[in-house]
Amino acid sequence: MNELLLGLADDELVLGWRESEWTGIAPMLEEDVAFSSIAQNEIGHARAVYQLLTDDADALAFDRRPEEYRCAPLVELRRLEWAPTIARRWLYELADQVRIEHLMRDEDSRVAGLAAKIDREEAYHRMHAEMWHARLAGEPRFEAAVAELWPYALGVLPEQQRPELAARANRPRDEVSQAVERGAHSDDLQALWEEMTSVRRSVPGAAW
Amino acid sequence: MVTAEAVWHALAEIPDPEIPVVSLVELGVVRDVEVDGARVRVEFTPTFLGCPALETMRAQMATAIERLGAEPEIEVVADDSWSTDKITPAGREKLREAGFAPPAPREASAPKLVQLQSKVFRCPYCGSTETRLENIFGPTPCRSLRYCESCRQPFEQFKTI
Repeated sequence: MNELLLGLADDELVLGWRESEWTGIAPMLEEDVAFSSIAQNEIGHARAVYQLLTDDADALAFDRRPEEYRCAPLVELRRLEWAPTIARRWLYELADQVRIEHLMRDEDSRVAGLAAKIDREEAYHRMHAEMWHARLAGEPRFEAAVAELWPYALGVLPEQQRPELAARANRPRDEVSQAVERGAHSDDLQALWEEMTSVRRSVPGAAW
Repeated sequence: MVTAEAVWHALAEIPDPEIPVVSLVELGVVRDVEVDGARVRVEFTPTFLGCPALETMRAQMATAIERLGAEPEIEVVADDSWSTDKITPAGREKLREAGFAPPAPREASAPKLVQLQSKVFRCPYCGSTETRLENIFGPTPCRSLRYCESCRQPFEQFKTI
């Protein structure tokens, strides 16, 4: 299986899950709507990519053990505070854009076509991230969150794409060696996995 | 034997699950209909991949084709060849009448925030261009929220894809 695509789909699924945790409790109604909509769309992207990889997207999404997921640690972290939430949104969209732009040039036309559609949709997620970045840049809590999450953001991308991310995030290139790599998982994934897979584990093959 | 024309006619009877004033055909999401004996193959593309109505639309199209006595095969085409420019003129007018501003035409590159904040977006109720962006996101992934300064009415703006 294509590890790069599986990583992309797992990132979108797990981040969509994390962002849906703001549904009902975001600091303002507009952000409640925004995070719910972004989460829904990220999970839609995960579904579309899983469907490229397998005939049974639900099985791939929900029937693996936690250690079998290929998501980057960035998307697993549970940070129900606004500064790290926005810092992650902004960093993730920057990294995801680099990755999607590469996939739009993939030799497999199905991959390139899907990446182009995802890119058109992600444009709206990027606008939201840019808007919040413009508001919060320079604020100490936001900057501290960006600094903490930066090595995690680098880990979203394969090594050769990291200098491009550093350029777009306006960070020094020599930091790219600090990446928190994909493969190992943070402790936060276990609880997310237990909740996310609870229906499928109690009723094998369940669809909803 | 069922004809492609009969299939298009049947699909044109299915309202969009989220915006029932337009049919799936008026929304432009039905890409192609191919009849091969008793089998009918439909290609469709959701406005957004995260569309919550995707499975509902698929099931409704399958049911409509079964009612014609044919065997449906519904394929989701997830690529960039579809855009909101495919919404038919009649579909755009019905959206506007129901208070959904139809999408702006697609451009070569994806839209930017500054365009949503500065370009002309017309209020579907009073026609004023004095409208502002309230939220990039709305009740479904395909809609944004705007506010008309002239008639003081919030409205939903169909996003450009």
